[in-house]
Amino acid sequence: MIRLSGIERVFRVGEEQVHALRGVDLAIAHREYLSIMGPSGSGKSTLLNIIGLLDRPNAGRYELDGRDVTGLTDDELARVRRERIGFVFQFFHLVPRLTAEQNIELPMVLAGIDPAERKRRMGELLAAYGLEDRARHRPDQLSGGQCQRVAIARAMSMRPEVILADEPTGNLDRHTGQEVMAVLERVHHDGGTVLVVTHDPEIGARAHRRLRMVDGAVVSDERDRT
Amino acid sequence: MRFADLLAFAWQVVRGYRTRTLLILLAMGIGVAAVVAVSSIGEGARLYVINQFGSLGTYLVVVLPGRSETAGAMPGVLLGKTPRDLTIDDALSLKRSPAIRRLAPLIVGAGDVRVGARSRETPVLGTTAELLEIRHMKMAQGQFLPAGDPRHSQPVCVVGAKVAAELFGARGALGEWLRIGDRRFRVVGVLAVQGESLGFNTDEIVIVPLAAAQALFNTEALFRILVEAKSRESIAPAKADIEEIVRERHEGKRDVTVITQDAVLATFDRILRALTLAVGGLAAISLAVAGILVMNVMLIAVAQRRSEIGLLKALGATGAQIRLVFFTEAVLLALGGAAFGLAAGKIGQILIGQIYPAIPFTPPWWAVLAAPLTAIGTAVLFAVAPARRAARLDPVRALSRR
Repeated sequence: MIRLSGIERVFRVGEEQVHALRGVDLAIAHREYLSIMGPSGSGKSTLLNIIGLLDRPNAGRYELDGRDVTGLTDDELARVRRERIGFVFQFFHLVPRLTAEQNIELPMVLAGIDPAERKRRMGELLAAYGLEDRARHRPDQLSGGQCQRVAIARAMSMRPEVILADEPTGNLDRHTGQEVMAVLERVHHDGGTVLVVTHDPEIGARAHRRLRMVDGAVVSDERDRT
Repeated sequence: MRFADLLAFAWQVVRGYRTRTLLILLAMGIGVAAVVAVSSIGEGARLYVINQFGSLGTYLVVVLPGRSETAGAMPGVLLGKTPRDLTIDDALSLKRSPAIRRLAPLIVGAGDVRVGARSRETPVLGTTAELLEIRHMKMAQGQFLPAGDPRHSQPVCVVGAKVAAELFGARGALGEWLRIGDRRFRVVGVLAVQGESLGFNTDEIVIVPLAAAQALFNTEALFRILVEAKSRESIAPAKADIEEIVRERHEGKRDVTVITQDAVLATFDRILRALTLAVGGLAAISLAVAGILVMNVMLIAVAQRRSEIGLLKALGATGAQIRLVFFTEAVLLALGGAAFGLAAGKIGQILIGQIYPAIPFTPPWWAVLAAPLTAIGTAVLFAVAPARRAARLDPVRALSRR
């Protein structure tokens, strides 16, 4: 589904050029559960951003379902993101003035989905992520785990093919982190492709395929035999 | 994104940041209120002046014998020509015009006015009863000239306040007799002190019936005819009618000069309107300042909400959608500010009206329309830069900070 070849990403920091990604080749199939680990600065978040179409590579080719997406305009990229990619962030990134429900609804609002359909999907999502009694709470009234569940529900609201999670447990205690991972694994179990960036080996080890990155390059790629 | 959702989203922002919303409402409101209040003061002053002119005989049209292209003071005399005289019949025939409310023919001369041994040289005015209303003169005592056919006259007169005091002293002039030339007149009224008006000091004149003045000065010719048009709008038709009627009666010669005060009034009107516009423009600058404040606040909002914008982008919002979100927010704030300002301006106008009840303070329609439109216009205009900045934000960098 996702095919990266020769992806380069260079940042300019002052006078220096920093190679965040050096010639990354990667193919990810449907329904994979994959973790990307590595020390900070190894380029794992950059890679995730490029896969999520938030960032563009300086060189290389990115095919999403056989379609080259490197040449798309910003607005076309936004549309692809909206329809096919769900993001989960370390700091949740919930809109503080909106309720849990409204946060979950946001991608559907942006996509212009009919309010009746939105309501229907929202009911399902609230039930699926155990948030029914938290629907009208604002983020500051929710625990970290609940916030991240809201964020995952939001990511799932447009029924994307890929969920990209950048340090989803980075801001949670161990126990809550494992709960959140269980939620993400259920997404995978229900047919989603899940990519998790983490520097927590325990979290990374749960994935069925594990990438290690160092200095902008993929240095190891292990999979469970199934 | 649906329009209703867009509105709801912007509404949540407006509600979510109360202090910011209040600040903008205040700035916008003050701007709009200033425009409304200031322009209604200007408009009030304009109406006040027009009304004052109206009470002075704004609708006055003066007919002089002789044709002058320049409408000078005494056309025929200066040019050395002897135009055909204006007569009482000319004057009475003008009443045919539907645009004319009333008129007073005028004959002026100098007379030797005597009471017993006292004598005084004063201007003597021959006219009809209608002069009182045309010139808005006031009586101190007694009556003005009696109404009736101007061709016949009674031996009565009205004297100015100063004349009455000088000739009769403390005795009182009313009912006394005086002599002008070889004719005797009984004083039926004394004018209130009024001072200079239309070239005469009415305190120092004696007014006699028209026919009496004709006999006194041995002339048929009228000095001028004072005509009052029915309204401001009928001044022009009245002028045209006068010229037409006189031309008919004078064998096709337009040998009269017709002067209107409308020209003076129009100038005043223009000056005051320009003044209102100028002051309104000054107030509009305060609106522009409010617009700049909106821009600053919106720029701060963009900076504060970087991560939210990044998030919206990650969730699939296009640049156009982000711009629209910020625009809608600005327009909502401007609308609120405009409504607040209109209300405040109205209250201010009522308050000023209470303090100066004589002046009719009303905001002109263009101000009521222009002020909120300007507010919304400036808000949209000044939201362009922040909205564009928001739309251009790099989502990765916007999201990287908490």
